[in-house]
Amino acid sequence: MEKQFPKIEINERYCKGCHICVEFCPTRVLAMKGFTASVINLEACIGCMQCELRCPDFAVKVTT
Amino acid sequence: MAFDYEKYIRPGKLPHIWCPGCGHGIVMKGLIRAIDTLGLEKNSTAIVSGIGCASRLPGYLDFCTLHTTHGRGMAFATGIKFARPELQVICVGGDGDGVAIGGNHFIHACRRNIDMTYLIMNNNIYGMTGGQFSPTTPMGARASTTPYGNPDPPFDIAKLAIGAGATFVARGTAYHASQIDKLLVEAIRHKGFSVVEILDSCPTTYGRRNKFRSAVEMMNNLKESTVSIKAAENMSPEQLQGKVITGLLYKENKPEYIAEYQKIIDDAQEIYR
Ligand SMILES: Cc1ncc(C[n+]2csc(CCOP(=O)(O)OP(=O)(O)O)c2C)c(N)n1
Ligand code: SF4
Ligand code: SF4
Ligand code: SF4
Repeated sequence: MEKQFPKIEINERYCKGCHICVEFCPTRVLAMKGFTASVINLEACIGCMQCELRCPDFAVKVTT
Repeated sequence: MAFDYEKYIRPGKLPHIWCPGCGHGIVMKGLIRAIDTLGLEKNSTAIVSGIGCASRLPGYLDFCTLHTTHGRGMAFATGIKFARPELQVICVGGDGDGVAIGGNHFIHACRRNIDMTYLIMNNNIYGMTGGQFSPTTPMGARASTTPYGNPDPPFDIAKLAIGAGATFVARGTAYHASQIDKLLVEAIRHKGFSVVEILDSCPTTYGRRNKFRSAVEMMNNLKESTVSIKAAENMSPEQLQGKVITGLLYKENKPEYIAEYQKIIDDAQEIYR
């Protein structure tokens, strides 16, 4: 069976580009792309939810 | 599983007005998770605030909410609890709102031990009005009104609450996001006056003036300057120097104000029957 990765959605309308999700992701899944955060390495995601918990702007959703 | 915050937010209210990286959003999410855990009903929960960036919080939540005057959230909340004791009353606000202009209301709410929860979002500054120092601004820190450094020693809100008679006192931080809802759940369940202080960050008016280059640096500072009450048990006084203790700091059971007041009403009605 193929490995299932969590689904990460970033709401670009809500994201204010604070870098918090990017910096506190333990496995460097996210990066800033211009003004907003975006997923660059989904394969590394361990589904720890730290990005969703700490985003002050309700912009990250992680579905495991 | 992703948490559905928007279930509890008034439609069309996001994005919120708080600045990029402002900790208030993280605290609001913690409060929403606590409300979800407790299964609080929208019509039987009153969320009250004073004035300030922190005090904008109730406006986002789809509950009975009241945005009052600066420093007076506690007074309005007390009135609500008196008139409708069956409501779950939660008051929120900033450090300026709660312990500067509202300090008097705060200590007396603690003293009465009225069954409510007070969530203080302490970012050590008056954010909304452009960064004037507050009673929790650390000594030496820069604010728009202390451009050469603050000469005033700060209040320790948790100690103030304990000294004034609050029966549940806890402290967390915006960095330790997953702890916020756990502290609030316990606080709301507690029968009596509960104070939850969340150390928060204002990158715009505090960070910029105090050598924090980003919201991330301010979050890291919350991590490095605090230690949990459990970890502190095994640390020496030297190791604890300059650290702020987080977690459940104080809890006791004492007669609750509304219940005591009801007894007086009952006695008086008995006499004049
Ligand atoms: C009676 C009165 N005095 C002063 C003000 C101006 N004022 C508005 S918000 C505020 C301070 C808010 O600081 P705080 O409660 O710490 O919240 P923050 O904005 O930092 O979240 C002040 C002084 C006011 N609105 N009303
Ligand atoms: S869930 Fe954890 S590992 Fe995955 S992106 Fe978010 S912070 Fe990184
Ligand atoms: S934490 Fe939220 S607001 Fe900040 S960059 Fe990430 S998605 Fe955007
Ligand atoms: S001024 Fe400070 S407290 Fe107010 S929204 Fe901006 S960062 Fe938050």
